[in-house]
Amino acid sequence: MLKDFFGKKKKKYASIPSEQGKLEVPEGLMKKCSGCHKIYYRKEMQKNVNVCPNCDYHQSLTAWERIGSLFDEGTFEEWDKQLTTTNPLEFPGYEEKIEKDRIKTGLNEGVVTGKGSINGQPTAFSVMDASFRMGSMGSVMGEKIARAIENAKDESLPLIIFTASGGARMQEGVLSLMQMTKTSIAIKRFSEAGGLMISVMTHPTTGGVSASFASLGDYNFAEPGALIGFAGRRIIEQTIREKLPDDFQTAEFLLKHGQLDKVVHRHEVKSLLTTLLIMHGKGGETS
Amino acid sequence: MKQVLDFEKPIVNLKEKIAELKGFTEDSEMDLTEEITTLEKRLEILEDDIYGNLQPWDRVQMARHQERPTTLDYIEEIFTDFIEFHGDRLYGDDAAIVSGIALYQGNPVTVIGHQRGKGTKENIHRNFGMPHPEGYRKALRHMRQAEKFNRPIISFIDTKGAYPGKAAEERGQSEAIAHNLMEMAGLTVPIVCIVIGEGGSGGALGLGVGDHIHMLENSTYSVISPEGAAALLWKDSGLAKKAAETMKITSYDLKKLGVIDQIIDEPKGGAHRDVKLQAENINHVLEKSLKELRVLQSDELLEKRWEKYKQIGEYKEI
Repeated sequence: MLKDFFGKKKKKYASIPSEQGKLEVPEGLMKKCSGCHKIYYRKEMQKNVNVCPNCDYHQSLTAWERIGSLFDEGTFEEWDKQLTTTNPLEFPGYEEKIEKDRIKTGLNEGVVTGKGSINGQPTAFSVMDASFRMGSMGSVMGEKIARAIENAKDESLPLIIFTASGGARMQEGVLSLMQMTKTSIAIKRFSEAGGLMISVMTHPTTGGVSASFASLGDYNFAEPGALIGFAGRRIIEQTIREKLPDDFQTAEFLLKHGQLDKVVHRHEVKSLLTTLLIMHGKGGETS
Repeated sequence: MKQVLDFEKPIVNLKEKIAELKGFTEDSEMDLTEEITTLEKRLEILEDDIYGNLQPWDRVQMARHQERPTTLDYIEEIFTDFIEFHGDRLYGDDAAIVSGIALYQGNPVTVIGHQRGKGTKENIHRNFGMPHPEGYRKALRHMRQAEKFNRPIISFIDTKGAYPGKAAEERGQSEAIAHNLMEMAGLTVPIVCIVIGEGGSGGALGLGVGDHIHMLENSTYSVISPEGAAALLWKDSGLAKKAAETMKITSYDLKKLGVIDQIIDEPKGGAHRDVKLQAENINHVLEKSLKELRVLQSDELLEKRWEKYKQIGEYKEI
C-alpha cells in the first residue's frame, strides 16, 4: 500500500527532457512544486507554508514546519521526545532504516507530540511527519499518540492531530496493528471525559492510521488534494479490474461521499482551529 | 475432494500405501498384517513429526484450508438457539459478517464473526469473508444491543482483510473500522475474541477489540498477508514463505509478543479434522474467559481492557 504513493505512473508516450528540465536545481535554495513542477525559491515557498503560489498544490510539511506555522512562538512544549524503537520482531535492517531517518529528519519517530497555544488558545497536539519512515505507525508512534491523548485528558486540554502516514509500519508486524486499538481506546476515554479532538488529515493518510485515530475526531478535516483511504489504489484496481477515477481517495472525494466535515486550505487552518478552540473553550473568555 | 497441503503429502502417500496393502490382504491369501502394523506405526511417527513441527508458512496454509471450520460451524457446535439478524440500517446487509444472539450454557450472548464460504458459490455470496463498511456497522449495531441487554459478546475472527474495493472506500471503510475500535473499547459487557482462521489486519481488528483474545493454534494474525508483505518489503510476492516467518504471525508468536491471552489447541492435522473436538477446545477456553469476566464491574472491565492494550508494543527511551 505504502509504495502506491511513490510509484511512478507509466507514461504512454516517450518524453525528451527539455533544456530547462536538465537544469540542476541547487539543493536547499530552490524547490520544485510537486503539482505543477514550477521552480521556486525555497524561502518564497516556505513563506506560503509550502503551498504552491502558482497551482495551490499543498506540498508536504515537516512536523516542525507545521508546528511553527500554527503555534504561538515560545508556547510549545514537546512530550516523549526520547521514545524510540527496539526492533521487536528483530526485523533485518530495520534499525539501520530508523537510524537513517533519524539523521535525515532530526526526529526520533514520525510524530511530534506536545502542547502549545494557537492564537492564545491552549491545546495538546500530535503532528505526524511523513518524511520519517513515511509516517508509518509502529509501537513508538502508537505509544506517543496514546500518551498525548491521555495527557490532554489529564490536563483538560483539547487535542489536535495532524496525520500524514502510509499506515501501519510493516517492520513491527502485528504490534503496529495493535497501535490502532491502543490509540482508539485512548480516544474513547478522552471523548467520554468530554475532550475535544480535531483531526486534520494531510497527504497521505491511509491504511491503519486512516482506519483509527485519523477518522475519530469530533471534527474530521483534510487539506485539499490529500490522499486519504483504507486500501491502496493499485490493490483496489487489481481487485475490481477497473480503472478508478482520478479524484479517487482525495479529500474532495471523501467530502463528496460524506466522510469529512470540511476540506480546509492550509492558509485557513489556523483561523478555523482558533475559532473551534474558542467555541469549545469555557465560555470563550480568551477570544 | 479433500484438499491436501504440500507438507502433508508424505502422510497421504503413506496412508495410500497402507490402504493398498490392506486391500491386497483382503483380496489374496497373503497375510501382510505385520507389514501393515509396521507402516501404521511409521505413519504415527510421521504424523507427529510433521504436525508437531509446523512452520509458519504451513500454518498459513492450514488457516486458509478450504475445509477449515467457519464461524457458523462453531456457532452450531457451541451455542444453541442462534438467531441471525441482518442489516446495518444505513445501507445494506453484508454477508461477510454474521451476527445474532444465541444461548451459551443457557445464557443469552451476542455472537458476531467473519463468515467465509466453503465452495466458490458460497464464497462469492460471502465476498470471501471480506467485509464492507456495512458489515462492521451491522456488528456494531448488535454489539450496542448486547450492551443494552447486558449480554457478553463473542467475536470470531476469520478474514483476509476488509474488502479493498471502490464501494467500500466510498462508504467509509476506514471510518467504519475506526469506529468499531473506539466503540468496542467502551462497551460495558465482556468481549471475548477468538481468531479461528486468518486474522487479516484492520479488517480483523474491526471485530477484534476485546477483554480476552484467543487464537486457534494454526490461525494467523497479521498486519498484512505474507504475500503482501513480501511484495511490499522485497518487491517479490514469491517470498511469502519467508515473510510468514519474518512477520511473526502465528499464535505462538502472538503469545510471545503479549498480544493474545491463550492458544487454543487444534486436533492433530488441524481444526477441519475434527470440528466437534475443536469446538470443545474452544468451549473450554470460552467458558473460563466468561467466568472470569462476568464477575467484573463495568468500570473495572473497561479499565482492564485499556490496561491490556496499553501495554502492547515495545519501545525504549534514549
